[in-house]
Amino acid sequence: MNIRNEMKLSFPSKSCNESFARAAVAAFVMNLDPTVEEISDLKTAVSEAVTNCIVHGYRRGSGTIFITAKVLEDNRVVVKIRDKGCGIEDIKQAMQPLFTTAPDEERAGLGFAVMQSFCDAVKVSSKPQKGTTVTLEKYIAV
Amino acid sequence: MPQERKINMLQTDYHDNVLTAYIDGEIDHDTAARLRISIDGAAQSLKPGLLCLDFGAVRFMDSSGVGLVMGRYRQMKLIGGRLRVVNIPGHIYRIFAMSGLEGLGVLR
Ligand SMILES: Nc1ncnc2c1ncn2[C@@H]1O[C@H](COP(=O)(O)OP(=O)(O)OP(=O)(O)O)[C@@H](O)[C@H]1O
Ligand SMILES: [Mg+2]
Repeated sequence: MNIRNEMKLSFPSKSCNESFARAAVAAFVMNLDPTVEEISDLKTAVSEAVTNCIVHGYRRGSGTIFITAKVLEDNRVVVKIRDKGCGIEDIKQAMQPLFTTAPDEERAGLGFAVMQSFCDAVKVSSKPQKGTTVTLEKYIAV
Repeated sequence: MPQERKINMLQTDYHDNVLTAYIDGEIDHDTAARLRISIDGAAQSLKPGLLCLDFGAVRFMDSSGVGLVMGRYRQMKLIGGRLRVVNIPGHIYRIFAMSGLEGLGVLR
């Protein structure tokens, strides 16, 4: 599939960058003329993935978060959010609604469930001690 | 596009044993930490029978907002009070609907 547009971002894992990251991805897709709901869904999903890099991936320190976003010919937006943090041991268990390894930090265990319900596809690849990549796909109606 | 305010202003109002906190702006992991401190500070000093979180002016929320509400639910239980969340915008309600909060009867 041909790529119509693409962008790359990298920034440190500071919590003030959560709002920056979701706003940047929203601004990138704006020329596809998305609906308010499509933008809100995409921002929410990006916010979940970026927050996970900060609170889980880099929980033992800080690091860099990498985002790439592409617009494909079929009006599909593909956003990859990557960290080089601690990784996930059991991805299937991590993606189960209400599962969290940080209940004492007031986490609900809903991040992956929100990404799945607000996007058309969510893929997770991860290696313990290497890092995690979350790929979000969303069609923007023409 | 007008710049939306990111730092949440927390206005509170207290009467008849009800503490209402009017949350505005965006709720994410970053802002939830500060909101938690302000809300708990007010609730600890006033010990209201009911803590009411007014979401009418919330523009954005991710799952950190669910954690914030669940945490305040537990906090209120500890001091013998109740929690209610009111004026939840539709797109934000979708996230609450995935949590167990609906069953607790705190969402209006
Ligand atoms: N980037 C990541 N690096 C390491 N572990 C992760 C990462 N993303 C998710 N996880 C693991 O997957 C679990 C589930 O993630 P999910 O986002 O669904 O819930 P949560 O972050 O724990 O809570 P919430 O998102 O509701 O605040 C996390 O508790 C964590 O153990
Ligand atoms: Mg999460």
